[in-house]
Amino acid sequence: MAIALRLASGRAPVSVWHRDTSLPPLDLLVLPGGFSYGDYLRCGAIAAHSPVMGAVREFAAGGGHVLGVCNGFQILTEAGLLPGALLRNAGLRFLSQDCQLSVEQAESAFTRGWQEGARFAATLAHGDGNYVAEASVLDRLEGEGLVAFRYAGDNPNGSARGIAGILSPNRRVLGLMPHPENKVDPLTGGADGLPLFAGLAQSFAS
Amino acid sequence: MKQVDAQLAAEFGLAAGEYEKALAIMGRVPTLTELGIFSVMWSEHCSYKSSRVWLRTLPTTAPWVIHGPGENAGVVDIGDGLAAIFKMESHNHPSFIEPYQGAATGVGGILRDVFTMGARPVANLNALRFGDPANPQTRRIVDGVVRGIGGYGNCVGVPTVGGEVNFHPSYDGNPLVNAMTVGVARQDRIFLSAAAGVGNPVVYVGSRTGRDGIHGATMASAEFGADAQAKRPTVQVGDPFIEKLLIEACLELMETDAIIAIQDMGAAGLTSSSVEMAGKGGVGIELDLDRVPQREAGMSAYEIMLSESQERMLMVLRPDRTEVARAIFDKWELDFAVIGQLTDSGRIVLRQGGRTEADIPLAPLAEEAPLYHRPTAPSPAPAPLGATPDPVGIEQALIALVGCADGASRAWVWNQYDSTVGGQTVRRPGVADAAIVRVEGTRRALALTTDCTPRYVAADARTGGAQAVAEAWRNITATGARPLAITDNLNFGNPERPEIMGQFADAIAGMAEACRALDFPVVSGNVSLYNETRGADGATVAILPTPAIGGLGLLEDAARAVGLALPPGCEVVLLGETRGHLGQSLWLREVLGREAGPPPPVELEAERRNGDFVRDEILSGRVIACHDVSDGGVLVALAEMVMAGRAGLHLDAPQSGISPHAFWFGEDQGRYLVAVADGGALLRRAEAASVPARLVGRAGPVGSAAGLTLPSGATISLARLAAAHERFFPLLMGS
Repeated sequence: MAIALRLASGRAPVSVWHRDTSLPPLDLLVLPGGFSYGDYLRCGAIAAHSPVMGAVREFAAGGGHVLGVCNGFQILTEAGLLPGALLRNAGLRFLSQDCQLSVEQAESAFTRGWQEGARFAATLAHGDGNYVAEASVLDRLEGEGLVAFRYAGDNPNGSARGIAGILSPNRRVLGLMPHPENKVDPLTGGADGLPLFAGLAQSFAS
Repeated sequence: MKQVDAQLAAEFGLAAGEYEKALAIMGRVPTLTELGIFSVMWSEHCSYKSSRVWLRTLPTTAPWVIHGPGENAGVVDIGDGLAAIFKMESHNHPSFIEPYQGAATGVGGILRDVFTMGARPVANLNALRFGDPANPQTRRIVDGVVRGIGGYGNCVGVPTVGGEVNFHPSYDGNPLVNAMTVGVARQDRIFLSAAAGVGNPVVYVGSRTGRDGIHGATMASAEFGADAQAKRPTVQVGDPFIEKLLIEACLELMETDAIIAIQDMGAAGLTSSSVEMAGKGGVGIELDLDRVPQREAGMSAYEIMLSESQERMLMVLRPDRTEVARAIFDKWELDFAVIGQLTDSGRIVLRQGGRTEADIPLAPLAEEAPLYHRPTAPSPAPAPLGATPDPVGIEQALIALVGCADGASRAWVWNQYDSTVGGQTVRRPGVADAAIVRVEGTRRALALTTDCTPRYVAADARTGGAQAVAEAWRNITATGARPLAITDNLNFGNPERPEIMGQFADAIAGMAEACRALDFPVVSGNVSLYNETRGADGATVAILPTPAIGGLGLLEDAARAVGLALPPGCEVVLLGETRGHLGQSLWLREVLGREAGPPPPVELEAERRNGDFVRDEILSGRVIACHDVSDGGVLVALAEMVMAGRAGLHLDAPQSGISPHAFWFGEDQGRYLVAVADGGALLRRAEAASVPARLVGRAGPVGSAAGLTLPSGATISLARLAAAHERFFPLLMGS
């Protein structure tokens, strides 16, 4: 993730320690993937209660942009910053493979690099990516255009309505299970994820 | 308290002569703790007492080797002031008893061997051998091992990029889990384990010590009886999140000048780390066991010293940097305790509750460790194969081979391992003969593979040992990388049986020949003996001898790497000589149901010539795809290229003078399939280089009509090939 952010912005991101209680001035806060606290209780559950999360909530409430990928998405749902939950994959096994995503909402700082309906490849690497929410919540997400990405073709993990990523009502918080940051270099699997980072860089440059 | 005597020593795994030696060193009856220390330090697992005389014969040097065997892992120069640090290690016995934790802690242990030397781990691989797919136990063990490797490796954030899986009934009671880690360090920041500086503090970091894994090393040094499951308390439990913290904390501390020596607590835990660090440094060591962080109250000195609790490290620090170090470990919320200091006594002295629990002279503990030149019996030469008529035809045999247990797609396995975390994976599993991982911040990349063909070793250990090394070299070469060095994981049966020791000695001899001929030295490794299970009838079954080789190569420019997927519009040339060798082939086993004959000979001069030619062709940019020919021969390799590339191929008629099935399925060594735009030009260059070459296929249809068109004109569709190839694992695992 740090590599992708540096590539898109030309600047190294700053890291925030989990025990911090305030954030430096930021354009974008990223909760990257990676088994926070071992994911021992439930994916993202302990991280959602870590000391820094108070500042993260304040940042989001103040209209800050927050990107949560994989474990980051799980943390955002556990923290209540995005609705729904991520359950065990329908096949009950960890999935490490490429998937195709379709862009369902191109009007956000995260998705402006694509046209609506565009398809792109991303990398899956998770055991708990099966997105669930009550039907009324799913209806609202779809009705308000807050579904950012869907799995195109196969639904690899059983997610409700094939949802791979969702936005907050102000479209400034995005959570998604696949890893766009692992597709920013033709040598390491392709550059299909670049529009997300390029779009963000463009948003904050202007 | 148990009475220490010859009988207890025997229960601890010490032979009668070994106990007498311990008595002589001590000049008295040892305490229980001392007996425990002798028994684990002199176990096969820690002392290599049966294998050392043979391991010494392996070549271990080259201009690019920085540290060979003897450290926690091997170290080679990869340019730009960087070093690759790597090793493979077995966790076989625990993985049979408790597959998930056995495999998981195998990954954790090998990671520690690598980051203890200052390297950030960048890749994991694993070589797995399971029993007969028809055995009801196999599914449970495959499931647990794969989940365990993924559970630990995925969580710790190191990509698992490659490895191998075989099935054979000889592994029914003794699956093999060989885990390999590769790390990258600065050459001027490599950390060793020899303690130095009398008075310097000895520091314990990481997880607390519990009662898990006590006497694991001794358990791993005996064959299994019918009571294997009763040994579950000897299996350790892993915590990958603590390991992740430990990696980060150690690497952060390694940026300072605080560390004098460091070693992980692996087999035999605090005992082996303290004894080896002090022994290598020629100093004494005194530990106050009351200061060891403990998970539960009331642990005895014996239990603390023998525990194999995971995620622990022992360090000797500069005394004036102790607080700097403590602050780093506090930040990462890991235990940090000064538990003793180095002395000039040359002894290990352990105190608990004011009592001296052990006081052993270190030099004799190391120098008088048992060393056995065990009797070897020559293995019988394999009987000639005899006639092998083809009962089924080429098409049916191909479908059988791409779908059999050893030929089927491994995607079910590798899709459960995160192979891309870290963002440096250039070639994931299944798309090239070796995994390719870029060295972050450079253009360079490492090519990584694990290889062994146990059925060849069983038939002829010398040829099989050479073949394992040659195949690793070939797999690295087929990506365009220059092979640098290997780590080995030698899995064999009971060394006290002369026929097993004969296999071991012969396999080492074959490996050594190949290592020399290919400039591919051994820089680290591990030996796992006693891989046998005693059945209810009292007879023991040994595994197929399995000297697994982990190979590492270097690409100066990651963008030069080629994979095995055949794109549309290519011609395919077979390089290397084809004689149609069917002895010990997959075809023979799967089609005729025979495991017979000699394995294919390994001709090292031709191996080198062919491989060097292929690598030059790849680096010249003329090669579009390359795949070595191994299990199943030319046609299986071609089918794999077609399936990976999803483009069709028309096959030419086979070589005259060889029966078609022997041409297509023979397993002659030293061969590659190379896809190029202009096959004729490649044939001419090969001839000039004295490399046998033959055009075997031309571009066929693409899209839905894609397939493999046989010389007979019949086309096997891509869909049919893929269906056969992808069926085995989901069927076995019921998913």
